[in-house]
Amino acid sequence: MEEWGQLARATAQSVARNAYGKLVAYLSRRSQNVAAAEDALAEAFAVALETWSREGIPRNPEGWLYSVAARKILDVARKSRNARSAESDLQILTEELNAGQTSSIPDERLSLMFACAHPDIDEGLRTPLILQCVLGFNAANIASAFLVAPSTMGQRLSRAKQKIKRNGLGFRIPEHEELPERLDAVLNAIYAAFGRGWSDHSRVRATTTDLGLEAVWLARVVVALLPDNPEAKGLLALMLFLQSRHFARRDANGDYVPLSHQDIANWDASMIKEAEGVLMDAAQAGSAGRFQIEAAIQSAHCSRIFGIATEWPAIVALYVKLLSLTHSPVVAINHALALLHVKGAELALAALPSPIEHSWLATFQPFHAARAAILAKSGDLLSAAQAYHLAVGLEADPAVRRYLQGELARLSPFVAF
Amino acid sequence: MNYILLIHADEKAYGAMPEQQRVQSTAAYRAYGDALIAAGAMVGGERLHPTDKTATVAVRDGKTQVLNGPYSESHEQLGGYYVIKAKDMDEALAWAAKCPGAHHGTMEVRPIWAM
Repeated sequence: MEEWGQLARATAQSVARNAYGKLVAYLSRRSQNVAAAEDALAEAFAVALETWSREGIPRNPEGWLYSVAARKILDVARKSRNARSAESDLQILTEELNAGQTSSIPDERLSLMFACAHPDIDEGLRTPLILQCVLGFNAANIASAFLVAPSTMGQRLSRAKQKIKRNGLGFRIPEHEELPERLDAVLNAIYAAFGRGWSDHSRVRATTTDLGLEAVWLARVVVALLPDNPEAKGLLALMLFLQSRHFARRDANGDYVPLSHQDIANWDASMIKEAEGVLMDAAQAGSAGRFQIEAAIQSAHCSRIFGIATEWPAIVALYVKLLSLTHSPVVAINHALALLHVKGAELALAALPSPIEHSWLATFQPFHAARAAILAKSGDLLSAAQAYHLAVGLEADPAVRRYLQGELARLSPFVAF
Repeated sequence: MNYILLIHADEKAYGAMPEQQRVQSTAAYRAYGDALIAAGAMVGGERLHPTDKTATVAVRDGKTQVLNGPYSESHEQLGGYYVIKAKDMDEALAWAAKCPGAHHGTMEVRPIWAM
């Protein structure tokens, strides 16, 4: 009995991992009522744990969960007074259930992602929505990753789902001419999830609930469902390159290790090889978009593992191309840092974005850290120290903060600060 | 809107830090304060003495009671605070996460009632 219970739990977890988003997408594809699908699915999982540990695992756990959740949705709709609007939907659900058409659930996760990353949804909420609807993350975990109060995150997510339902947002893959821009929003949202995982220092050694790995998984879903799209592959390659260096970013004492000092023995060689393959595959299409260029830059940063020194001029050229595509101040900061290796401090300093033009740079740690490193090379040690001091004050990660304090301390014998 | 960031931390652990770490921590707090000032977000802030220098006062049934220190069950004590200007709770939380106190203790973030 106990063994059955464990097996039931393990199976439910594995289905939840692989099919949660598929089930939510398929249950809500017509009603666009994501919240109702999630509630029904949560109940279905609870019933599954109980039933499966008593009666054994069904042959088709996904289909089983789908049937139970679909019946829950029917029950709730029948009891509610405004069921009329959903009637045709209910009819379809009922017919499907009667016909036993639940043996294989079509994968409509991509449509769900397009709805979550719809232009009508606030940009900052697109990633949280995808994490919840496609991966089943709860609001409290998402709130921590996005530095928002959990109750606030819960409210924002449920309001966004109401919007999806009310406005009938998507649940379809956009048409040809519309696709690049809409897909860009989906890819951006996935990359933002990766970024949250990347900056989450507490999870440096974690493996299971790592947001970075979840983002890689989401990109694999997109690539599988849109196999001809080079930018989806570009994003996947980019994240694999970055993820391959994940464990090299801290030493045994938990101190921050900058890229140039990382021990390549701590890089994941097989992940780098996979990334190279995905990027080459993407390049076949002959249209280099933002993510492919970023992946190419990270590929250049990984070349040390093949015994090739970092080719800074090539990296600068890629950043110039990326900058002309995105006009992003963050790209400009990285371009300036690459330029420091090729053309020296004066030109690098001039290439930094202007905090007058982009006021948010004033509280953006990477801007001040980059400026400090460039100023230190230029010989303006007092300004460099001041910039490092600000970067220390703006850094949340204690390991990076200690590293920046170390850089500042190296200057202080020369400046009274 | 103004928010208060209350730093709750184990004051004994802070006292037991090696000298070098304490110097580093003090410098990190100074940098944090300067970053708040540079961003125009700083309203004020102070570091508090440990609780063994603390007393509480209350008037009950017309009688004044004075007691030693706050006797809290918790391992963390109020060690200092910042009052900051932020456009919303999200921004206040982002500042709190950058405070060194978020690492060695817990930051409590509360909106201040506008009078």
